[in-house]
Amino acid sequence: MAESETVTATKPRVRRFVRFGIFLISHSNYVSFIGFVSGIVALLLLPILAKNTYISENALMPGSANNMLSTQHVFHATEFVNDLTGSVSESHKIIAQYMSALEAEVTYHKFHPQLNQFSPLHFFTSPDSGIVSKNISCSSLGINIAGIIRAPRGDGKESIVLVTPYNPRRVGPGEALSLGIAYSVFSLLSRVTWLAKDVIWLVADSQYGEYSAVSAWLREYQAPAFREVDIDNSETCNAINELGQNPSSDRKLYSGFRRAGTMAAALVIKVAEQGNRHEDILNIYPEASNGQMPNLDLINIVNYLGVHKRGLRVKVNKMLSLFGSRWLNTLGGILESLGQIARSLNPQWKFGISATEYVEGAATLASSLYLQGLGVPTGPHGAFRDYQVDAITLEISPKVSPDKMISRSPNEFILRGGRLIEGVVRSINNLLEKFHQSFFLYLLTSSSKFVSVGVYMIPFALLVAPLPIVAGSLYAEASKSTPSSEVVVKHNSWKWLNSARKVLAIHLWGAVVSLLPYFLYQIPNSTPTTNFTVWGFLSALSLLILYFVLGSPIFESPTSQPEKDEWASLKSVTIATTFIGLSLMSVINFATAEIGALLIVPICLIARPLKLDIQSRSFRTLTRATCNLALGLIVFPPAAFFLVKGAFEDFYGINVGDYWNWVESLWTWNSATYLYVGIVHLPCWALCMHILFHPC
Amino acid sequence: MALASTTTLALSILFLLPFLSSATVEEEFHEELLLKPLPDRKVLAHFHFQTEAPVAEDSFARHHHLFPKSISQLVKKFHIKAMELSFTQGRWNYERWGGLDPISSQNAKPPGVELWAVFDVPQHQVDAFWKNLTHSLSGLFCASINFLESSSSYSAPKWASQSALGSLRYGTLPREAVCTENLTPWLKLLPCRDKAGLSALMDRPSIYRSFYHSQRLHLKASMAPADGLDSGIILEQTLTVVQQPNIQKTDLSFSNEFKIQPSWSLSSIFGRKVNGRCVLAKSSNVYLQVERDLVAQLEKLQKKTATYADNDTGIDVLRGDLGFEVSITPDRVHRELEKSSSILYEYSIKEYNDTEQFDLGLTWKYPVVWSCPLAPLYASRFLIGSGNERGSIAISLKSTELTKGFIVANNVEEKCKLQVNVLQIVPWYIKVYYHTLQLLVDGKPQAATDFIERMSVSPSEDKVSTGVMELVLRFPCEIKSAILNIEFDKGFLHIDEYPPDANQGFDIPSAIISFPDFHAGLQFSDDSISKSPMMSKLQEKSPVLSYTEVLLVPLTTPDFSMPYNVITITCTVFALYFGSLLNVLRRRVGEEERLLKANKAPFLQQVINKLSSRFRGGLSESTQPKQPSSSFITPKLIIKIILVAGLAVVWQFYLK
Repeated sequence: MAESETVTATKPRVRRFVRFGIFLISHSNYVSFIGFVSGIVALLLLPILAKNTYISENALMPGSANNMLSTQHVFHATEFVNDLTGSVSESHKIIAQYMSALEAEVTYHKFHPQLNQFSPLHFFTSPDSGIVSKNISCSSLGINIAGIIRAPRGDGKESIVLVTPYNPRRVGPGEALSLGIAYSVFSLLSRVTWLAKDVIWLVADSQYGEYSAVSAWLREYQAPAFREVDIDNSETCNAINELGQNPSSDRKLYSGFRRAGTMAAALVIKVAEQGNRHEDILNIYPEASNGQMPNLDLINIVNYLGVHKRGLRVKVNKMLSLFGSRWLNTLGGILESLGQIARSLNPQWKFGISATEYVEGAATLASSLYLQGLGVPTGPHGAFRDYQVDAITLEISPKVSPDKMISRSPNEFILRGGRLIEGVVRSINNLLEKFHQSFFLYLLTSSSKFVSVGVYMIPFALLVAPLPIVAGSLYAEASKSTPSSEVVVKHNSWKWLNSARKVLAIHLWGAVVSLLPYFLYQIPNSTPTTNFTVWGFLSALSLLILYFVLGSPIFESPTSQPEKDEWASLKSVTIATTFIGLSLMSVINFATAEIGALLIVPICLIARPLKLDIQSRSFRTLTRATCNLALGLIVFPPAAFFLVKGAFEDFYGINVGDYWNWVESLWTWNSATYLYVGIVHLPCWALCMHILFHPC
Repeated sequence: MALASTTTLALSILFLLPFLSSATVEEEFHEELLLKPLPDRKVLAHFHFQTEAPVAEDSFARHHHLFPKSISQLVKKFHIKAMELSFTQGRWNYERWGGLDPISSQNAKPPGVELWAVFDVPQHQVDAFWKNLTHSLSGLFCASINFLESSSSYSAPKWASQSALGSLRYGTLPREAVCTENLTPWLKLLPCRDKAGLSALMDRPSIYRSFYHSQRLHLKASMAPADGLDSGIILEQTLTVVQQPNIQKTDLSFSNEFKIQPSWSLSSIFGRKVNGRCVLAKSSNVYLQVERDLVAQLEKLQKKTATYADNDTGIDVLRGDLGFEVSITPDRVHRELEKSSSILYEYSIKEYNDTEQFDLGLTWKYPVVWSCPLAPLYASRFLIGSGNERGSIAISLKSTELTKGFIVANNVEEKCKLQVNVLQIVPWYIKVYYHTLQLLVDGKPQAATDFIERMSVSPSEDKVSTGVMELVLRFPCEIKSAILNIEFDKGFLHIDEYPPDANQGFDIPSAIISFPDFHAGLQFSDDSISKSPMMSKLQEKSPVLSYTEVLLVPLTTPDFSMPYNVITITCTVFALYFGSLLNVLRRRVGEEERLLKANKAPFLQQVINKLSSRFRGGLSESTQPKQPSSSFITPKLIIKIILVAGLAVVWQFYLK
């Protein structure tokens, strides 16, 4: 020991950790390659690493009680459905009458449909309490009906919400059936003695969209504005105001907006309008805005009761296009055989899954990632998540089409659906605390399998890890190449400042570009395509202006001679900012960061001026140049959008205006993905392009 | 010996007799039951037991005949002037079961436990007495009333009771579960327990199946020997139960027509009958109250059906021919003084015994719809906002039919005002900003000072005391709605202050809304009826009182299941500490100094050089990738790794 110390003492002793860092930086090429490849491999392995779900909260006890929903409830529900489909014009009244016949407290909630508005500073803020435009006429009022059953012996501190969206103008058979299911459960719950939480049944007026109706009601519930809207008193609204009166005997009762405690959970019940001809399928839609998910236990209960008690097939969204892909099937096959080999070595190793299972898991995982990354809620349940209420949408797709079912007899279907909802409500009713026991951060690979945050962080970390290493190595190279003298050191720091300034300017440009739609939105009568072209044109223009402003001598550094390795420092700063951007995004919306990293990391790693590559004319550099060009094309946001859309959905009938529509949907839903694309992805792409075409 | 003792007792009684007669004559016990059909097909049963005991200077040491000794000792020990303890399950439905009558304003209580007490001690001792009292009561009633001991759970409202300024303490436990273990000690205080008399009706399953039940113990002691007149303790025990007669699964009528009210009898509600009175009771009566609006509706109906048949209304009422039929003819019928009056049927159960049981039944003849009188303003309270940071409490008051009537009645006056008192108690972890109090009248924001007559605020102190806000508001009578809104921040608790099931959220106890201008009280002309303690209580002019809902505020809760993380962090800290310590101990300072001397450079320069060379060295290494790789991945290291891996494989396959 003493010997070695004397040896090392002669030359500076370097700590092991630092040594390791230096080692990594010096081998940044290999490290980045290995990191990127292993990141993708880890991502592909996620379906295998998925765990089976389990009910984490003991209090839930799903399915431990016998179902109480009898054929009599169903019989009355069928009556209700027939009444509803029979007379469409008075559907509000019928629903309210049926509700109050169950001794529920019925209230009408009138709301103005909220227009899609883009307010630039609206991201991350809590939903605003009512921006109501003044010139909305009475006819455009939506009317939600809420019935509340008070728990007979409960203290009324908590409540469970059932939501059935329906369009009063045209009650579809599926909607009528979903109302029937909710009614059957509601009529049961109005008589039971075990209820500990109040039950709210919200019949949401979906003529202006399901989401807006539910969110309007929630806004009134959670953040009322306490303003009597003037329109209510005008004459034209009398017809609607009449509805506001309580329908039956209890005319004396208070007819204002009613509330029932803190919401424990919410279930949105829907029935698909088309039958699928195979079997009754239950689709679960859990994704809320910005990739927020409800507590996994809520999905677990529904899945458990659906599969084990009601014999339904429970499904979550899948990327159907992935099923046909050959490479995924081959990969599945390889992994299956690998698993078999492993099992033959040690029977305790059970990581292998069959190829079909793998493909299915991968397809579900991809859709889960895509939907979370999009940041747009997949149903009206998203409105609840904005108020920290766990909610999911359950869409039952029946075997027979609802149209036929109503004309025959929907009894069996209502009984099945009603018992499922009853079980779920009963299970949530058992809950003493709020949902907190199970996961909130997870990706689903099937309705009964999930990948938790600890596992899905790994691919992202592997993808992103090379970035700082490459940035470090570039920095080291740049500082090494300059001979060390007093003047050059000063000059050196100027160089860094210069490239940092450039990167900052480009990011500012990104922010400007993402604000542009706000102004474009003021243009009346514009189609998506024109909007998109104008947007693109304006962005290019602003970039040009920026370029000239930056190129002017005021902003130029004192030593204005072109730098040979200026691109290296620029690249290093670009990569560093991208790394920061991706890491920040992974906190806000992990799935976006993951998809973004898949797209942006390769070009960040291999970007290199084309001129240099072409000059050297070796096979390696030429392939690198073509790779760079191809990646540069792919990563351009609209191109990336079309690619992702094509991969996940369909290439068929894609239009230029689609991108505009997509962007529009992102900002109306306050998706952070929009900010990511504007402020991280686009500037990074622009900088990479700049590096590619750098005049060295 | 026994003889001697009896003679001394007799003698003492002889001596004491004049004193006793000057005070209250003797101990008394009354048992009463009030039954009342409610508009939403339910029945209210209100048991009222009253025990009175005279108080003499030394009477606490003595044995009581009827009065429970534990209570008298409590009164003596803690110098209680007045006290009320209630255990409640369920919510009183102020809209359907009424908000103006004496039962709702005196017996409708917030869920859980509510306790208030007035002490007859100097101000500075009140808290100490309160703390001791909570412990005694919690032992006596098998409840966790002792949680009211800590100063952060009770408060001293100023204006709730004018007479007891400063010596009143008030606390609630909204989460207390009420069950039969609380009822049994309560029944033990009765002279006949639940073995005879009206209390024999208290079948536990049927009581706890009810929609609302509230057991209350009200204690009033007047220790004024100077007066000589009213000195004594009055113990009032009431049990209010709201039940639905015959809940049957087959009774699922979904039709939308008016439903006939379910007929009921005592045996169908409670599953038991009255086997006669408690022999110790001075009076044991059962009353059946028919409400004002119900009487009016029934009379209207009757006029419709039989306009030409002029019946003698007096006989009509007695026979119960009013749209319903009573199974037993009442001993007496009382009518209220006013024009639209309620009717009270009185039954004395003195004559009933085991063979002839008392089983009052009521059968409806045709469907009636009526409503109970509501409080002048319907109060509800709710939370605004979501998330773990902040929110606000809103109390909304909406006018009801009664306010309109009030306007008409007071139309003569120029400016009719409606006084509303609000008492809101908030636990300390809800940090209320009292300056944010916002008042909206009829949907328009108004200056709070225009309507607030008086206001008393005592802000909460962290972990020490609750926040109390008392408001006296005066609204114009034509008010339609008013909303009081006050913002708060959510506080953080220390990890060991969290109660079990902390993730449920935290309760904000009910606010108390009272209307001093209105009086809940029935007015009967009969003098005979006012002898009955319950009826005199019902005729008392007490202000209308209502409680709002209990609110649940989700607070930030730590992940209680993270000992693993804690262990990991602790271990890391320990490792770092011991590692650096060992490093310091192991280092040979002398040798390093010698090395420094050898270099012959100043120390600072040396360090800088070392640092820069280390940095530059790191960079220089990157120029020649071969060299560091050879220094880092030495064959020695590779051999080591292979050895370890081999060991692991061997372990995995062969040694396991």
